Amino acid sequence: MGSMQSLDVVARSATTTPTPQVRTAIPQVAKLIDESKCIGCKACQVACMNWNDLRDEIGEHVGVYDNPADLTPTSWTVMRFFEVDPKEGSLEWLIRKDGCMHCEDPGCLKACPSPGAIVKYANGIVDFNSEHCIGCGYCIKGCPFDVPRISAKDNKAYKCTLCSDRVGVGLEPACVKTCPTGAIGFGTKDDMVAYGNKRAGELKERGFANAGLYNPEGVGGTHVMYVLKHADRPELEDLPKNPSISPLVSLWKGFAKPLALAGMVGAVLVGFFHYMKVGPHEEQSEEEKV
Amino acid sequence: MKYLKRYEDGERMTHWVVAITFVLAGLSGLAFFHPSLFFFSHLFGGGPWTRILHPFIGLLMFLAFVLMAVHHWRDNVMKPGDSEWRKKAPDLLLGRHPQMPPAGKFNAGQKVLFWVLLVCMVVLLATGVALWRPWIAPLLPVDLLRVSVLLHAVGAAVLVLMIIGHIYMGIWTKGSMRGMTRGNVPEGWARLHHPAWHREMTRGK
Repeated sequence: MGSMQSLDVVARSATTTPTPQVRTAIPQVAKLIDESKCIGCKACQVACMNWNDLRDEIGEHVGVYDNPADLTPTSWTVMRFFEVDPKEGSLEWLIRKDGCMHCEDPGCLKACPSPGAIVKYANGIVDFNSEHCIGCGYCIKGCPFDVPRISAKDNKAYKCTLCSDRVGVGLEPACVKTCPTGAIGFGTKDDMVAYGNKRAGELKERGFANAGLYNPEGVGGTHVMYVLKHADRPELEDLPKNPSISPLVSLWKGFAKPLALAGMVGAVLVGFFHYMKVGPHEEQSEEEKV
Repeated sequence: MKYLKRYEDGERMTHWVVAITFVLAGLSGLAFFHPSLFFFSHLFGGGPWTRILHPFIGLLMFLAFVLMAVHHWRDNVMKPGDSEWRKKAPDLLLGRHPQMPPAGKFNAGQKVLFWVLLVCMVVLLATGVALWRPWIAPLLPVDLLRVSVLLHAVGAAVLVLMIIGHIYMGIWTKGSMRGMTRGNVPEGWARLHHPAWHREMTRGK
């Protein structure tokens, strides 16, 4: 989004030295989406496009409430509607506000090859500095939640910024401000975890025995969390049960990267010293043969 | 000095097209592989241009390599004696002057290089096309792309290592370079390094 928070960058894509992170007294923030309070009005979608000055293409009606049908480079949050029967014969309508989860261990940032195109701030927000984006699509491979979208117009990746520009000046994200039922909360991560657990407890009392907080550990927890009525089965709402960065991506951007580089540098050095020790391979003169 | 024709004009030009595109594809690819090498992207006009150009350069490299492979594959089929040659190769490298089985146009090491390069090229093409933005990658499932990025990196690393070895062999074995720059090699060089090929070339002369 921008470099407003340039002194509290705790992680930066394709960067091997420490980032500027002198501002340490910054609390971790989180957004809490309580699906039991959501009425599917899409005011959050409107607030998002309003604050961020985004206007998506007018699309096609696909026969369900989901509109637009998926996240796009200009729709950073969408309401997803699920008709499910968690128990035999019990129809439930679940509504989930989809968007970036702002992982504590962001796969997009790990995969990104462009220095500084993806950053994580001390408050936990994962942000795309899209002017540094090169359009390679690696962030898509790194993301366990299928969130980044690359624009066909400019080949840059986009996603929810958690309104890092608003949060940076002490405001809540636009979607939080606009939500008419209070289904979207915002505060420190600790407060939101506590509140989310309290809400899950209340839902359990009301008969949702498996209600719980969705704050998956596989990605170190997230800075966007859900209170789910069926937290034991997040896949009912197209949420991964145990999301983590793909082991293929971890291997590629973890072990393989320095190993291959060392191998290449090593091969050149071996060649150099081999020549200096053994000398060239050529016809031997008469003296050498003796 | 007498010279023997080793590579025709077309073979040499194709080889150098592969070599140049290898360097360009290698530098542009390494820019994305490790942060310490991202500065290579400046050689291509910045990150986005590097991302745009890399697949086209890679495709050109593959096509030129195929042309080269069509010319050379018969001479790279393993023959009796090649396994013994490979066994004695470490001694040769250590400068102990072992008695090597007579090599044909290509020795067993060069044959290994040829087949490994061919596999690398095929892997790099298949995975590279899959990862090609903005045209191909958006059509494919993300799991396939994740396998592709890893295999592309492995294929590229193996390719680079093989080529480092290939270039070094050209430097180490005096007189070899002339074969690829001028097309011919001194007869003494041929007799020493590729005796079977030398016999074949000088038979009846």
